[in-house]
Amino acid sequence: MTRTLPSLARYAALLVAAVLTLGPVWWTFTTSLRPAAESFSLPPSLFPLDPDFSSYVAVFEQIRVPLLVLNSGLVTAVIAVGQMLTAAMAGYVFARMEFRGKNALFAIVLSTMMVPAQVTIVPVFMLIRGMGLSDTLLALIIPAIPTAFGTFLMRQYFLGLPLDLGEAAALDGASPWRTFFSIYAPLALPGMAIVGVLAFNFHWNEFFRPLIFMISEQNYTLPLGLVTLQGNLGTGSISVVLAGVVLSMIPAVVVFLFGQRYLREGLTAGASK
Amino acid sequence: MTTDSRSGAVLRWLFLAPTMLGVGVFVLVPIVGSLALAFFRWDIITSPQFVGLRNFTELATDSTVAVSFLNTAVFVVVAVAAQLAIAMLLAVLVQSRMPAWLRVFFRSTFFFPLVLSAASVSILMKYLFNESYGVINWALSLVGIPAVPWLTSPQWAMVVVIAVYVWQNFGFSFLLFVGGLAAVPQEIYEAGAIDGATGWRRFQHLTLPLVSPTVLVASVMAIISALQVFDQPYVLTRGGPGDSTRTVVMVIYESAFRQLEFGRASAIGLVLMVLIMLVTAAQFRLARRFVFYQ
Repeated sequence: MTRTLPSLARYAALLVAAVLTLGPVWWTFTTSLRPAAESFSLPPSLFPLDPDFSSYVAVFEQIRVPLLVLNSGLVTAVIAVGQMLTAAMAGYVFARMEFRGKNALFAIVLSTMMVPAQVTIVPVFMLIRGMGLSDTLLALIIPAIPTAFGTFLMRQYFLGLPLDLGEAAALDGASPWRTFFSIYAPLALPGMAIVGVLAFNFHWNEFFRPLIFMISEQNYTLPLGLVTLQGNLGTGSISVVLAGVVLSMIPAVVVFLFGQRYLREGLTAGASK
Repeated sequence: MTTDSRSGAVLRWLFLAPTMLGVGVFVLVPIVGSLALAFFRWDIITSPQFVGLRNFTELATDSTVAVSFLNTAVFVVVAVAAQLAIAMLLAVLVQSRMPAWLRVFFRSTFFFPLVLSAASVSILMKYLFNESYGVINWALSLVGIPAVPWLTSPQWAMVVVIAVYVWQNFGFSFLLFVGGLAAVPQEIYEAGAIDGATGWRRFQHLTLPLVSPTVLVASVMAIISALQVFDQPYVLTRGGPGDSTRTVVMVIYESAFRQLEFGRASAIGLVLMVLIMLVTAAQFRLARRFVFYQ
């Protein structure tokens, strides 16, 4: 068969790319299971034959892991739920209701997607200070709940739902509230899941805003904690820092496994429609 | 007015309120605020001082700012080109004939780095690229290449920052390309095969034009996000050695929150925003010539 050789090359290329993609993560995991004293030694460990969990214990001693997880979890969860609700509400109005100025309002919301956070960060910082919220978790939460991208996604989602369901309900005398809450909101749950998973992924990993807003260590989120863990140790032990990195990855991996489909749909939806 | 349409109006404004209020307070007002602040010198502590255009004119003569724009330009060009090329190559390979489970495996693998935080990724990469005990130099030593000072030499530091960024982000373009390729009708390839289009020619004359709308979207998104790079250079190099990996956003951060020069930070932010708008507009103009809609 003449096709065999090119397809071999194809698999070889894909395999190399897969090893390069997963390799660093695998190395992180196996090195975190090495005794701290051996963390620098080469060749790198490929298989955790004799796992040593002392680095994980050390992480808990050096940084306040439960507090960091609690802070990150709280911030991420409130933002995710807040975005799901507000995006669904605004998206529904933009998709399903007619009123004067609707297109202009929607255009304003859309255009804010293109403004980089760094351009507005200084005035937002001052607003937060003015509201007396600096160095509180609310400083991260409140500005992140209104979501232009989420609103856009939910509008697209509602546009894809059948129109006649709502019309039939209205003919039967259902109020706009009932039409929304008993017909469209339940149907929109998969779309809201997309918004929620995207928000989770982004804000669990967020670094720039927490770095600016959080001053006291008791308000640090996990990415900030990891960077300080690395700073505290200098080059003392890689294993301990990498154990921290692995711990921080666990929720991301869980979301990846369960929310993969939603994440993928959310990330590509902006591009295809 | 019937009670129904009145309750409809209440629902409408109540449902819109959180989003419109949020967008207004946390995006629109801050843009105006940034514009105003850019004309002042202000350190938050003492009262602001009007300086006219000085924040802008000083940017032109500030060598750190100039270097940061140059670094960002180099970063964007190289990182985006690499990201799109790698993503396209892998998307074409994954979409060719193979068992379904294998395709799912590769797709998930290339998508995986996207879910990790840039801070974690940068920390682990910092160890992999360490000059004396890093795995990368160890692997190179096996084939006789002497240790490379990856993060401590100005030339290599930018290479590492780009490599780490591309490693984490190529999956995004990859996902878009996989979607674009899946939408290409198979008959076109069959017709092309009759005309003898195979391999590179097939890719150049059939595949690429057919997915060109996706390429446009992927490149617009990749450029916008690359122009805002911060996490990777901050964690990997803190902008150094020297200023070799200092990006525009790092200078905004340092001006505002390290040196307390809020006016200057606002001015740089505005220049960055205008740049993003110009680049995006230029891309859509170029697209008129190169993007082919079926």
